[in-house]
Amino acid sequence: MALGKDLLGLEHLTAEDLLLILDTAEPFKEVSERAIKKVPALRGKTIVNLFFEASTRTRISFEFAEKRLSADTVNVSASGSSVQKGENLVDTARNLEAMKIDMVVIRHGSSGAARFLGERIASNVINAGDGKHEHPTQGLLDLLTIRDRRPIAGTKACIVGDVLHSRVARSNIWGLLKLGAEVAVCGPKSLLPLGIEGLGVRVFHRIEEAIAWADVLNVLRLQMERMESGYIPSQREYYRVFGVTLERLERAPRELLILHPGPMNRGVEIDSRVADGPHSVILDQVTNGVAVRMAVLYLLAGGRPELAEAAKGGGDH
Amino acid sequence: MPPAPRTLVLDAGAFGRTLEKMAQGILQQTQDPRTLVLVGIQRRGVELAARLAAAIARATGGGADVPRGALDITLYRDDLETVGPKPLVGTTHLPSELEGRHVWIVDDVLFTGRTVRAALDELADFGRPARIGLAVLVDRGGRELPIQADVVGEKVKTAPADRVEVFVAELDGKDAVEVVRGAGVSGGGKA
Repeated sequence: MALGKDLLGLEHLTAEDLLLILDTAEPFKEVSERAIKKVPALRGKTIVNLFFEASTRTRISFEFAEKRLSADTVNVSASGSSVQKGENLVDTARNLEAMKIDMVVIRHGSSGAARFLGERIASNVINAGDGKHEHPTQGLLDLLTIRDRRPIAGTKACIVGDVLHSRVARSNIWGLLKLGAEVAVCGPKSLLPLGIEGLGVRVFHRIEEAIAWADVLNVLRLQMERMESGYIPSQREYYRVFGVTLERLERAPRELLILHPGPMNRGVEIDSRVADGPHSVILDQVTNGVAVRMAVLYLLAGGRPELAEAAKGGGDH
Repeated sequence: MPPAPRTLVLDAGAFGRTLEKMAQGILQQTQDPRTLVLVGIQRRGVELAARLAAAIARATGGGADVPRGALDITLYRDDLETVGPKPLVGTTHLPSELEGRHVWIVDDVLFTGRTVRAALDELADFGRPARIGLAVLVDRGGRELPIQADVVGEKVKTAPADRVEVFVAELDGKDAVEVVRGAGVSGGGKA
């Protein structure tokens, strides 16, 4: 298996790695259907969920995944911990490690925080979102959700909205491209990164064109704070021009699959009738999130002491 | 390296007769055949459980189908850190109700007993059967835990380095049991 000590992003994984994780996630779906939703695979492992940014879905999803694998978990959030007193990331993590933990799941506002940590501690590090960089388990659960409905290779997937600030978009682009999908992005110029075509993705500036082209729409959340910084004129304006509405979908040449990483702003980036409609797989994404995170935890827990040693020395991996 | 010597333990004919004998053994040791459930351990135990279910249905006059399930014990292994590259996790599915049932665990080879230990743990998470029995096609000795089978198709004397290979037509195109001397237990070997 080519997966290393940490899961930092999808950019450096191979198609084989991605498929291994997705295939491993399949049987974990069934574990969550059992009366006793628990298997002993990670019994005795201690996992710290280190969340420097607010998160409900991702943190709870990781915690369910950990508990269903019988790991012991501790949640640390920035507020109410010594992080607030100015302790730096590495000191926080080294202190946790001194208490003999096995894995750290980290959410942080700075791009590269997960990698920085992974290079400095021996525990496995899983990136639960770092700044604008990547959110690999979200990318994986999106892939799994698409694959449940149609083969990924050849699928035309368009990511709609604030691609510029979105780690979900980046993980999606890497994952989809590696598994042979055609990828596009759609949004106002101010919210698309310059030169994104260089990644091999198509760019649409009109939502109607994107809908006419795509098989799958992954609708990103419009972060409200972006409006104040002047990226878009107003929420209403955004909905009028880029909102994924039922009327727009009804004009599509084929039936689209609608994904959204949550939390949704109904009536801003997505129409409620679409979010709750028959083509929405938004709640399947949430269900698959637990399975995919169980797979990642299970695969990384496989125990490769030589990699942990290398990481202690600060070496690359 | 010359190919390791290979001995045929059961050919297709003997394989079929052994399964018939095992089906009889299971019936004799099941007080009420209506409570019978056969649970095969992934992978080849699942195929063997299907054959045994068919044999039992014939023996009891072809009445109702014997409920069957499949158990993947990968997540219940006690050696996650030592097995190296992990096999892909398989699926587990069981008849909805185990309460009051006489469950028979079916596997191809009984060796250390660790697989059966894991299977017992996993079954306990699904319910509380009235009784659990163990039926194996081959008992090769070498137990590391106090576990014995109730129904054994064939006992084979082996050294720890020997490998017992079970072939079933559904997966391998033939029915046979072979022993490869000194081949090491990895690969086809079962714990």
